[in-house]
Amino acid sequence: MLYVYVNVNTNASMWKRAPMFELSQDHEEFRALVRDFAQAEVAPHVAQWSKDKYFPTDLVPKMGELGLFGLVVPEEYGGSATAEDGPDFTALCVAIEELGRVDQSIGITLSAGVGLGINPILTYGNDEQKATFLPDLVAGRALAGFGLTEPEAGSDAGATKTKAVRDAGEWVINGAKAFITNSGTAITSVVTATARTGTNDDGSPQISAIMIPSGTPGFIVEPAYDKLGWWISDTHGLTFEDCRVPEENLLGREGDGFKQFLKTLDDGRIAISALAVGMTQRMLEECTEYAKTRMAFGKPIGVNQGVSFQIADLAVMLEASRQLTYRAAWLKDEQERGRRSVAEVKKAASIAKLYSTESAVTAGRIATQIFGGNGFMEEYPVARFYRDSKILEVGEGTSEVQRMLIARSFGL
Amino acid sequence: MNIVVCVKHVPDAQSERTFNDSDNTTDREGVDGLLSELDEYAVEEALKLVEASEGEVTVLTVGPAGAADALKKALQMGAHKAVHVTDDAIHGSDAPATSLLLAKAIEKIGTPDVVITGMASTDGTMGVVPAMLAERLNLPMVTYASQLTIDGSAVTARRDGDTASETIEATLPALVSVTDQINEPRYPSFKGIMAAKKKPVETWGLGDLGVDAGQVGLGAAWTKVDSFAKRPPREKGEIVTDEGDGGTKLAEFLASRKFI
Ligand SMILES: Cc1cc2nc3c(=O)[nH]c(=O)nc-3n(C[C@H](O)[C@H](O)[C@H](O)COP(=O)(O)OP(=O)(O)OC[C@H]3O[C@@H](n4cnc5c(N)ncnc54)[C@H](O)[C@@H]3O)c2cc1C
Repeated sequence: MLYVYVNVNTNASMWKRAPMFELSQDHEEFRALVRDFAQAEVAPHVAQWSKDKYFPTDLVPKMGELGLFGLVVPEEYGGSATAEDGPDFTALCVAIEELGRVDQSIGITLSAGVGLGINPILTYGNDEQKATFLPDLVAGRALAGFGLTEPEAGSDAGATKTKAVRDAGEWVINGAKAFITNSGTAITSVVTATARTGTNDDGSPQISAIMIPSGTPGFIVEPAYDKLGWWISDTHGLTFEDCRVPEENLLGREGDGFKQFLKTLDDGRIAISALAVGMTQRMLEECTEYAKTRMAFGKPIGVNQGVSFQIADLAVMLEASRQLTYRAAWLKDEQERGRRSVAEVKKAASIAKLYSTESAVTAGRIATQIFGGNGFMEEYPVARFYRDSKILEVGEGTSEVQRMLIARSFGL
Repeated sequence: MNIVVCVKHVPDAQSERTFNDSDNTTDREGVDGLLSELDEYAVEEALKLVEASEGEVTVLTVGPAGAADALKKALQMGAHKAVHVTDDAIHGSDAPATSLLLAKAIEKIGTPDVVITGMASTDGTMGVVPAMLAERLNLPMVTYASQLTIDGSAVTARRDGDTASETIEATLPALVSVTDQINEPRYPSFKGIMAAKKKPVETWGLGDLGVDAGQVGLGAAWTKVDSFAKRPPREKGEIVTDEGDGGTKLAEFLASRKFI
């Protein structure tokens, strides 16, 4: 097991102390490794990649060698989840945070690569589907996307209009998807898309998930979006025109698509929360350094409480975001082992995502303000982080959706 | 093929490195330590050689308790087992004493097919331990290898000089020191971190090696740091304003410092 428990010390105290989660030494060592990697392989290039809106395909297999895509995947597919230790979602969050500290687009590439690309195939795929796709995805030789959102179905993802109809042993797919991450890179191997495959008894649309390999005729990857941020990350609209794939490409059971993506999104929310922690961490570091060195009125700007108090606020936001995120990750790992309920994970994931992402956006605003005019310049990283932060409050469920889910957990 | 790689735990070159005030030895407490970057190339080369054939890589270090971190990193990269030579009496050892300890440890491990070292440590940067070690083990030696192949009973190495490259062959067993041009060291992986926890690390003291405390440590050192002084802070540069005679002024400046 990878967790350190604060042990019950019956001799020293009358209190029976509850086991608490905490990152283990292994996690901290892993954090140091990912930090070294990000510092050496990402940091020197990231300003240029961003300027060029360039997706660094070559970085993906390097991330694969580090084991980043395999933290929740069993060994038989190249991952590191042993029979003994099991999947380590917490380690994945550590990796996303550390990459996100250097660049948010690279962080989301990992987060989406595992959470949206690998996860559905791993969770719902049959042996053949897993054997076909997972080894390359885990090694970073390939990326997969998850196509849920449509031009007219986002928060209300059940309103999917894309249709899949059976014909002569094949699915014939027609429709469109919007904003799909990792769907158009040179190494994208497959996109799992949700589609209506019929109507339920109660009249609601029956939704199923179908895997559509890149290059399938009728599967059109639209040109990359022009985005406010995440310029290094790959995002496309997708169009399906009489796109035919074998019937066996159904992922899991017919009609399970709705249930599947709800579960997929729970994990994804914790991952986005970790990405937000990486952002707030970086903003705190950048601001502290700048406040100590930037002189105005003959003294460092950080001498003014108007500046230093904002940095104190950043530290509080960071600490709270971190605790919420890793507690949610811990719950998720515990739930995998049957020790916590799905409802607990869901609620913790929404709370963590809501708080961490809104904090990250605030952190970006504070940082650009502390940096003054320089905060508006591409020469300093805070400008890029500020741009990148906004999507955190939208992707994998908007802040409003998180509030809805949290309220719902109270029967509201 | 079995390989022993000698590695050193050194103070992080990125941090403020200094000496101990009490005995002028390297301060290993006040700064973070790590596996000497130059030794990562040696570990990588050993792993590649073993992966291409078979056998084991043993990493060996001499150093205080914290030096175990250097072994851990090498094990995380993929080395199979580790030996840590540590003893309070070793503190302050110079290159001859270090090479003695390494030689005794390698004899105890059982002389491997190849001993690989980095070309120097990033703290002491003397670069003499490989030669001393080869001499003590009575092994043929190739230093500063920038390319390495092993074929049957011989090792072939390329040494790149300023004017020419030479290719040198030595019979096995042999000792080779490698440069930072030889390969691109791998990062450990998550699996590597987990696997390293289960790999054997042996800790040997002077008694295990049959070395007498009087042979090592500061007392036995052939050389000692007499005194040390912090590098003076960099002086402000001189700005030459070009008023048509900028070139002449630059040349005069360089001449005054005996550069030209
Ligand atoms: C860069 C990027 C990458 C993305 N990657 C992917 C991907 O890989 N796969 C994928 O499937 N999707 C992806 N998305 C889509 C993303 O998940 C959706 O944009 C998001 O869920 C919001 O959906 P929407 O854009 O349709 O907004 P809408 O649902 O139209 O919402 C608009 C606004 O209305 C609010 N709102 C909606 N309903 C309610 C309500 N009931 N109560 C209160 N407020 C409400 C929302 O919170 C929001 O503020 C990506 C988006 C972006 C921008």
